[in-house]
Amino acid sequence: MKIHNLNQLNRRAVGCLLGISVFGLAVCGPAYAAETIKIGSVLSITGPASFLGDPEDRTLKLYVDKINAAGGVAGKKIELVVYDDGGDANKARTFATRLIEDDKVVAMVGGSTTGTTMAMIPAFEEAKVPFISLAGAIEVVDPVRKYVFKTPHTDKMACEKIFENLKQRSFTKVAMISGTDGFGASMRAQCLKVAGDYGIQIVAEETYGPRDTDMTAQLTKIKGTAGVQAVVNPGFGQGPAIVTRNYAQLGMSGTPLYQSHGVASKSFIELAGPAADGVRLPAAALLVGDKLPDSDPQKKVVVEYKQAYEASAKQPVSTFGGHAYDGLFILVDAIKGANSADSGKVRDEIEKTKGFVGTGGIVTMSPTDHLGLDLSAFRMLEIKGGDWTLIQPGS
Amino acid sequence: MRHWRREFSRRHIDIGGRYASMSEFLQFFFSGLTVGAVYALVALGFTLIYNASDVVNFAQGEFVMLGGMVTVFASAAGVPLPLAALIAICVAVAVGLLLYWLAIAPARGASAVSIIIITIGASIFLKGGAQVAFDKQFHKLPSFSGDAPIDVLGASILPQSFWVLGGTLAAVLILYVFLEKTLVGKAVLATSANRLAARLVGINTATIMALAFGGSAAIGAIAGILVTPITLTSYDVGTMMALKGFAAAMLGGMGNPLGAVVGGLLLGLLETLGAGYVSSTYKDGFAFVMILVILFAMPQGLLGRRTVDRV
Amino acid sequence: MTTLLNNRYAILAALAVVIAVLPFTFPSNYYLRVASLVWVSAFAAIGLNVLMGKAGQVSLGHAAFFGIGAYSAAIGPAHLGLPSWASLAIGACISGLLAYFVGRPILRLKGHYLAIATLGFGVLIALVITTESRWTGGPDGMPVAKLTVFGWRIGTAYAWYWLSAAFLLVGAWIALNLDDTPTGRAFLALHDSEVAARVVGIDVAALKLRAFVIAAVYASIAGSLLAMMNGFVNPDLAGFQHSVELVTMVVLGGLGSIVGSIVGAAVLVVLPQALTVFQEYENLMLGFIIIVSMVFMRDGIVPMISKLIARAR
Repeated sequence: MKIHNLNQLNRRAVGCLLGISVFGLAVCGPAYAAETIKIGSVLSITGPASFLGDPEDRTLKLYVDKINAAGGVAGKKIELVVYDDGGDANKARTFATRLIEDDKVVAMVGGSTTGTTMAMIPAFEEAKVPFISLAGAIEVVDPVRKYVFKTPHTDKMACEKIFENLKQRSFTKVAMISGTDGFGASMRAQCLKVAGDYGIQIVAEETYGPRDTDMTAQLTKIKGTAGVQAVVNPGFGQGPAIVTRNYAQLGMSGTPLYQSHGVASKSFIELAGPAADGVRLPAAALLVGDKLPDSDPQKKVVVEYKQAYEASAKQPVSTFGGHAYDGLFILVDAIKGANSADSGKVRDEIEKTKGFVGTGGIVTMSPTDHLGLDLSAFRMLEIKGGDWTLIQPGS
Repeated sequence: MRHWRREFSRRHIDIGGRYASMSEFLQFFFSGLTVGAVYALVALGFTLIYNASDVVNFAQGEFVMLGGMVTVFASAAGVPLPLAALIAICVAVAVGLLLYWLAIAPARGASAVSIIIITIGASIFLKGGAQVAFDKQFHKLPSFSGDAPIDVLGASILPQSFWVLGGTLAAVLILYVFLEKTLVGKAVLATSANRLAARLVGINTATIMALAFGGSAAIGAIAGILVTPITLTSYDVGTMMALKGFAAAMLGGMGNPLGAVVGGLLLGLLETLGAGYVSSTYKDGFAFVMILVILFAMPQGLLGRRTVDRV
Repeated sequence: MTTLLNNRYAILAALAVVIAVLPFTFPSNYYLRVASLVWVSAFAAIGLNVLMGKAGQVSLGHAAFFGIGAYSAAIGPAHLGLPSWASLAIGACISGLLAYFVGRPILRLKGHYLAIATLGFGVLIALVITTESRWTGGPDGMPVAKLTVFGWRIGTAYAWYWLSAAFLLVGAWIALNLDDTPTGRAFLALHDSEVAARVVGIDVAALKLRAFVIAAVYASIAGSLLAMMNGFVNPDLAGFQHSVELVTMVVLGGLGSIVGSIVGAAVLVVLPQALTVFQEYENLMLGFIIIVSMVFMRDGIVPMISKLIARAR
């Protein structure tokens, strides 16, 4: 066994040397560390989805340090290996192989976007390594794949939550303006699919590109469509902020505007400014932690996370970082439950997650449900006076 | 009475319909003009550098980013907005000069495509630097004169749009006066017309090129400052700006400042009119199809110089 | 060494030796994956080098053909029930035909006008791929069926290493042999002076078009290979960034040098993997390295090395 290890180390050294001589560069990972549990993460820390990957990265590092300071998991320290895919699915796929083959991680918490997640899934399924994704789209867990889980609410749930609210206000004619990035396109498709269930008719549909800076043309067309009672904007990043500002510019604020859970961070309110007033959106309890009643089981978790994150990152908390928090602790609990760092056993334990209180909701997974959240995990919020408020059910 | 009212409201709706289509067009038009003015400024930056040095500078968008981001961070640090904007322009000019002295000048004589790769490297470098020096969030600036939209024949226009349009006009005029009326400006024109001849009459072409990089950086930064209150900014807005600015410069005819302005405005209009009347999903495609069609018909762009191959 | 860089059989032999020896030095399959990526990217870069290095025409939209190849490998088996091999071939044909018809008007443009026209073409193709989600899965992409050859499923990292390396060897061999054909000699004349080439009776337009089609077919095949290797495609493969990356590979390695394209591809594939340890500073370093290498090796890495060796003699 020892000899085998030595041999492997030698081969690694030779590989590095040849890597240097042939490619002109070293492609050497860190050497073996014996008594740690390795958790991998591929995140979009830079690039167009950095507003997802950046808080996820900060959250994982913050809490792995905390866990290790408190003695680690089952007596072992956690070693976190993070790679930045820059939002590029092809790069993410290579880093997935690197985590599996080179770093030999027990499990992975990562995959900021649906695009990078879907590209990495084949690698993890084949290697039988559990993968807890932080991406939004429902296709990550539907159909269920043995080794793939996810923590964020699905885009389908967001549509349902919005439509439920529209139905309560007896609105039926709705216009939709969606981003053409992965998030917007996927949510748009889900919304079109479930609209009928709520008696909602989509009477106008517009899109905008991920880097567009002006959506007045699209909104003007919606404004000119007769009978629009509400507008829904599936999108994330800066796009929805610009939509919201243009919306106010065109004097459309009389018609209710619904954003998605893709804008669930304070920076949206900051960017959209006074135009954000009156905008509604479905979001996790995290955003309104301090406004939750004390009886709410999530209150303790979300308030603690918010304080810890904002103290360390010096920026407002977002639900995106919260998804990483949930993923990390579902995994840590599973490792504790399995009392082992064996990928297969950890996978079985993740699937048995029951009543886990996270920032996104209360998670109960099963062999047929690798998300474990229901609609109650979403709260309908309205922005008032530059802050989130919980709206009363039925209004 | 009731009859009269019904009659009135019907007429009103009728007029409203026609009025709506006109105001819709105006809305598209002004939006396109605002977006296009920014493209025009970026294209002008491309043109200035291209004229002086034959370099196509793909880091041009980074100057726009610097203009916006430095202003945001300086004013967040408590510097008054006008001063913050001035600091941003100075930073961009410094970066432009360093880009020329450290990366472009040492590579003199390399092929055009090699120099393009250098500027692409510079763009990646500056973006990477901004991500470390600032952050990866989106930021905004307050509008210079409020957010209350102005009604122009039914179209709602932000006061900031007039700042952008006015700023573009001012930049173009200043550049024109500089090039045509000052000695240094004439030296730039001479250098762009024939570098060897310029050197023979005693023009220091290296200084002229440095000047072009500095001036181009300033124009880019001004564009970034003017437009950030409308479009928001972040460390990576430069790539898209460079792409659109380059397209605008080529559409107008590379090397012609007037062409850059025309190309920029036209590109902005094509995008918003495409989004308004064709399809918002394919609006970028619509703009590029039009560019291709124009280039097939006029291979030197709208206002480009005809060139003759010399053997 | 200079002779080695100039003799095409020596180049191919050296390449074959490197390919054969490398796997024995790799500590894990991850290195196989990186090497396979290098071979596939190099394959595309070699094709683009025929257009840029030999015919002297720039393309800033070349990833479009890469994307067409990749999506052919995805759509063929998924929507049309075609075998993967056939999809690869069909993708190459579509790319070649498209290049032929688009190339005619586009290649009349010169210099930067050609750059913007190819860029626009690339943006259009990427836009279609992103938008027509019924076929392509939209911005999030779609899965690709595994490649099977005679009932043998190519899935392991080793299998892909050898397959991509075999493609690279054949691709390099064809590109190297081009020099000896009348087309190759005409390219040489065109590269020296377009006017002179025209004067001696070379059909310059047809020649450029041929280079464009060759480059498109290479890129398309590389795209299909990558798609099948990854088991997944997404629109980034056809995007502007990827086009720029391909051009950078060619120029950094050395315009006109086949070995250069392989070196350029290796650098651009391996660099991000190596620089990832610098985390936040990764892009800063990447940009810096590109600037410095182009300033000091303005003709590219491989021509620079052979010049140095020639001078040492």
